[in-house]
Amino acid sequence: MSLLRLALLSLWNRRLTAILTILGIALSVTLFLSVEKLRTGARESFANTISGTDLIVGARAGDVQLLLYSVFRIGDATNNITWESYQDIAGRSEVDWIVPISLGDSHRGYRVVGTTAGFFDHYRYRRDTGLRFGAGTTLDDLFDTVIGADVAMALDYQVGDRIVVSHGTGRGGGAGHDDKPFRVTGILDRTGTPVDRAVYVSLEAIEAIHVDWQGGGRVEGLKIPVERVRNMDLTPGTVTAALVGLKSRITTFRFQRFVNEYDEEPLTAILPGVALSNLWSLVGVAERALSAVSLMVVVTALLGLVTTLLASLEERRREMAILRANGASPRTISVLLTAESGLIALAGALLGLVFLYVLLFALQPLLDARFGLYLKVDAPNLRDCTILGIVVLAGMAAGFIPAWRAYRRSLADGMSIRS
Amino acid sequence: MRATLIGIRRFSGLSDPAPSLSIRDAAFSWEGGFGIEIADFDLKARERVLLLGPSGGGKSTFLNLVAGITTPSRGRIDVLGTDIARLRGARVDRFRVDSFGIIFQMFNLMPWLSALDNVLVPLRFSRLRRRRAGDARAEASRLLGALGIDAALFNQRAGTLSVGQQQRVAAARALIGGPGIILADEPTSALDRANARAFLDLLLAEQETAQAALLMVSHDETLADAFDRVVRLDDIARVSGGVAA
Repeated sequence: MSLLRLALLSLWNRRLTAILTILGIALSVTLFLSVEKLRTGARESFANTISGTDLIVGARAGDVQLLLYSVFRIGDATNNITWESYQDIAGRSEVDWIVPISLGDSHRGYRVVGTTAGFFDHYRYRRDTGLRFGAGTTLDDLFDTVIGADVAMALDYQVGDRIVVSHGTGRGGGAGHDDKPFRVTGILDRTGTPVDRAVYVSLEAIEAIHVDWQGGGRVEGLKIPVERVRNMDLTPGTVTAALVGLKSRITTFRFQRFVNEYDEEPLTAILPGVALSNLWSLVGVAERALSAVSLMVVVTALLGLVTTLLASLEERRREMAILRANGASPRTISVLLTAESGLIALAGALLGLVFLYVLLFALQPLLDARFGLYLKVDAPNLRDCTILGIVVLAGMAAGFIPAWRAYRRSLADGMSIRS
Repeated sequence: MRATLIGIRRFSGLSDPAPSLSIRDAAFSWEGGFGIEIADFDLKARERVLLLGPSGGGKSTFLNLVAGITTPSRGRIDVLGTDIARLRGARVDRFRVDSFGIIFQMFNLMPWLSALDNVLVPLRFSRLRRRRAGDARAEASRLLGALGIDAALFNQRAGTLSVGQQQRVAAARALIGGPGIILADEPTSALDRANARAFLDLLLAEQETAQAALLMVSHDETLADAFDRVVRLDDIARVSGGVAA
């Protein structure tokens, strides 16, 4: 009879506690691995908030700040770009496409983005995924609007609904542009990016709703009807930022330098990827805290393993004494105990892995649809394997404590076994 | 009757072979101060000795010393020609299973193993006994049969057997692979009188077949007639209660 079989049979004899211990380890391993998955998934989703855009151009600002207001719509621009500068940049030979972004208005707490239909063609996220219309079509008429998936869901908007844009960005605050309502012509599919939480109108529409405004308020007594606005020159004076795609990636740095050293006004051009990772390093503290918490869960489960083994030791004194009387050395008994805890930890780790994939398969579509969090179902990476390995090794190490006690006790018990 | 049997020497050509077990002036003390001193004790080859002593009178310590589970602070304990007190670590464990078949008072078996697997346990740790046993399962079955275990019970979990059956399985385990000495620590105390006698008779018959020496510790003097010699622990050992020896 092999030692392994002896360990297995002994374990089988205590299968209820063993199974509970295995379950405990499996669940904590699942928790840890899924937190890791979520973490890397979130990081990747974040890093892929915007892609395909080579440069983001705005008024002179820090790169994180520019990224925050142009892509995440957090905070405000300190300054705008004049339309002339925008045109100048757009006219450069390196530029493949350029999409303007004009901010400053809101709709029931959601930012209104003045842009062109090109935004829906050129905005990319998650490597190379384009925006898709879940319903309706792109901007066509001056008072058309396209809304993000979150906006549509939270406010229960359908294509054809009429909405009113407010001046300013406070929630529900600011005076309304209620004389010039917009018609929802399209609803974007969920992306899990800030795109979902915005209302898109044409650049001209931003001008149109402000023709009878000056500064921060409506000009007293001036009320220009929609019909007349349509015939006015609606070329914007400024835009807030611009997304730029270049013909060749090689020219990126040269073009960035050109923008940063632009003579007419102080501008900043940022590489979205670099700015995103800078921003992530700020958010990374929370990420590490999450890791630490889930690591503690694993440690707790391993402590539970030690506790279970120590508790089972009492009922196993007989077994130890019989084995010692029949030639098992203390080392053999230690090996038996560490093998047992190792087996439990291994079973727990593998079961945890199974749970993880079951969860992933079950929840992945939901996470993608509800939160725009895309988790790849792929083979465990090196990091996952390392963690599993550590759990098994720690499980075996956890067996050392009971093994040492068993050794001491088998010496003290000697030949006389009290049950 | 036993004396004549002991007269038949089978090992080598010596007329008086080395004793299976020989203790000379050995002493041991626990940390608490409980100590034992054994002046002289011999167990001849194939001899049956009943060691009588009250419970808690140092019998366990005596057996632990003999089996090499505890190491004496002085003196010699020769087992089959080897000073067990000089062996260290895993070697003493190996030597123990090579030399001794051990039967406890009760709880001898691992209840989740079958009767047969319980008998086979010493062979896992003793190459010597494995070799001597030959076809291990056949030998285990033979011993179990000889000790009156029904073949239908061989593959039953030991925990489901009666106490009497369990003791006989333990005896088979002690005997398998022909260890030189059988140590039995009150093996009959958990059995009723009739069962105790039956168990002893079966054990003695197999011990004779295996040509092993038997050292049985008991407080039951009525078993004395089955042994070659009865030794009182008081006569060979001095137990001190308070002061470390």
